[in-house]
Amino acid sequence: MKKYIDTGKKDTRSGFGVGLEVLGKTNENVVALCADLIGSLKMDAFIANNPDRFFQIGIAEANMMGIAAGLTIGGKIPFTGTFANFSTGRVYDQIRQSIAYSGKNVKICASHAGLTLGEDGATHQILEDIGLMKMLPGMVVINPCDYNQTKAATIAIADYEGPVYLRFGRPKVANFTPEDQKFEIGKAVHLQEGTDVTIVATGHLVWEALLAAEALQEKGISAEVINIHTIKPLDNEAILNSVKKTGCIVTAEEHNFLGGLGESVSRVLSQNHPTPQEFIATNDTFGESGTPDQLMEKYGLNAESITNAAEKVIKRK
Amino acid sequence: MPKTQQLEDFVTQVRRDILRQVHKVNSGHPGGSLGCTEFFVALYQEILERKDGFDMDGKEEDLFFLSNGHISPVFYSVLARSGYFPVEELNTFRLINSRLQGHPTTHEGLPGIRIASGSLGQGMSVAIGAAQAKKLNNDDHIVYSLHGDGELQEGQIWEAAMYASGKKVDNLISTIDLNGQQIDGSTDDVLPLGSLRAKFEAFGWDVMEITEGNNITSVIEGLKEAKTRTGKGKPVCILMHTVMGNGVDFMMHTHAWHGKAPNDEQLEIGLAQNPETLGDY
Repeated sequence: MKKYIDTGKKDTRSGFGVGLEVLGKTNENVVALCADLIGSLKMDAFIANNPDRFFQIGIAEANMMGIAAGLTIGGKIPFTGTFANFSTGRVYDQIRQSIAYSGKNVKICASHAGLTLGEDGATHQILEDIGLMKMLPGMVVINPCDYNQTKAATIAIADYEGPVYLRFGRPKVANFTPEDQKFEIGKAVHLQEGTDVTIVATGHLVWEALLAAEALQEKGISAEVINIHTIKPLDNEAILNSVKKTGCIVTAEEHNFLGGLGESVSRVLSQNHPTPQEFIATNDTFGESGTPDQLMEKYGLNAESITNAAEKVIKRK
Repeated sequence: MPKTQQLEDFVTQVRRDILRQVHKVNSGHPGGSLGCTEFFVALYQEILERKDGFDMDGKEEDLFFLSNGHISPVFYSVLARSGYFPVEELNTFRLINSRLQGHPTTHEGLPGIRIASGSLGQGMSVAIGAAQAKKLNNDDHIVYSLHGDGELQEGQIWEAAMYASGKKVDNLISTIDLNGQQIDGSTDDVLPLGSLRAKFEAFGWDVMEITEGNNITSVIEGLKEAKTRTGKGKPVCILMHTVMGNGVDFMMHTHAWHGKAPNDEQLEIGLAQNPETLGDY
């Protein structure tokens, strides 16, 4: 079993900020927009280095999405920054018509996704954003797992022509993927080889999946762990190859089970290789105030829940 | 032939195109299209500095964004007759597999279109973004947009209006089609707009009016005047007074023809009032 080392907890939003800072130096077409959340999105360094390429929109997210679409006309690559809730649900029609349907090269960068936003509570804790974005034709949906991967994803999406939704979060979490890794959109990352059960996880749940795999090993269960950082386009092949070996699967995400990664995986399995599946996700509910750890425990989104789900799904084989 | 007569002939032909497009498929929006015919002809024939051909980036040329996308019949007619695509393609308006969708879109690759519109209130933001890209590119061309008056009931317009002046987007000319009508009735009945001059001035725009929006000479003069006001620190708003359904007597001064096509008999009457000039498609 491979050993992964947490090199020190860091927030994924800071990975975005550093990635954007790099793009400021390497790609003159990259511009950034923010709806009054510069500090929360860690955009300060990009702004300091490239003041002319930054647009402070104010608290007007609909206008931000439209302006971003317009900036692409003239060759710019706009990165919008605000919370996930205000990046998706609040501006769904603006994204749908002016960005997705119009095929505009806008990168919608969304922080504070999911429950781990914490104390601000359900008004800000969107658990539906992956579903909203993946339903839009042509939209790429990415949810990287740690600081290093978020930085790599941020840099990578600038080279992809087309609309992208990049989802990341607020809390400091384990940073365990390689520094300066190459990020391939749509390419799943195998983290553990296993034979008894497949665990596919996205975002903050990937580290929890690795912890679950360790716990399962102590119980004599061999778990395969796959990091699905790109929910759309989904790496169908990686998932199917794994379940053909293990015969069962657990999906794990900080999102509603309706519309999330788990449903995308279910579709692939039911069409190609029907397989017992358990879902680690929120159960059609809103969140609430609390610390990130308290919330992840209460809503069953941690290593313990994944471990239990793995044992349950193995019995269904 | 005097230039004005040529342009008036152009307008008359576009009116025929509008009527024939919506009649053929028994759907579409003739009222607002007819009211804005002079504006489109003036813009594309006299005002816009355009490059040959079409590319999405539109660098080193003026750009136009239609925010109230439902008046696609006039947009399509003028684009086709300005050389963006074959005039015969107007025959495919709203048909299956057509590039001429009910509302304009980039999705089918129709030259001349740079953004999808139809869901209202979004075009000013897009125009602002394109205008700011021009500034970044040191491109001193102008970005134009057109909006319905009813469309101003959408909140995003006012987000955009506040931003455009606050950020000194002074290479933008946004025209409001003031015909006083929307689907459910007059704007005064549905939701009064109040003084748009006062509103846009309060939002920091340079506001001017074209009082005769269905007089081609007045529209050209107004647009030229607007251009002289750009580059002075403020976005420019034109309040353009038009008559919905202009040029077809039974369609004028009413919201009834906002989104209704004429029947065979009504088409004949409308076409008789607008005799063929440049040649039907």
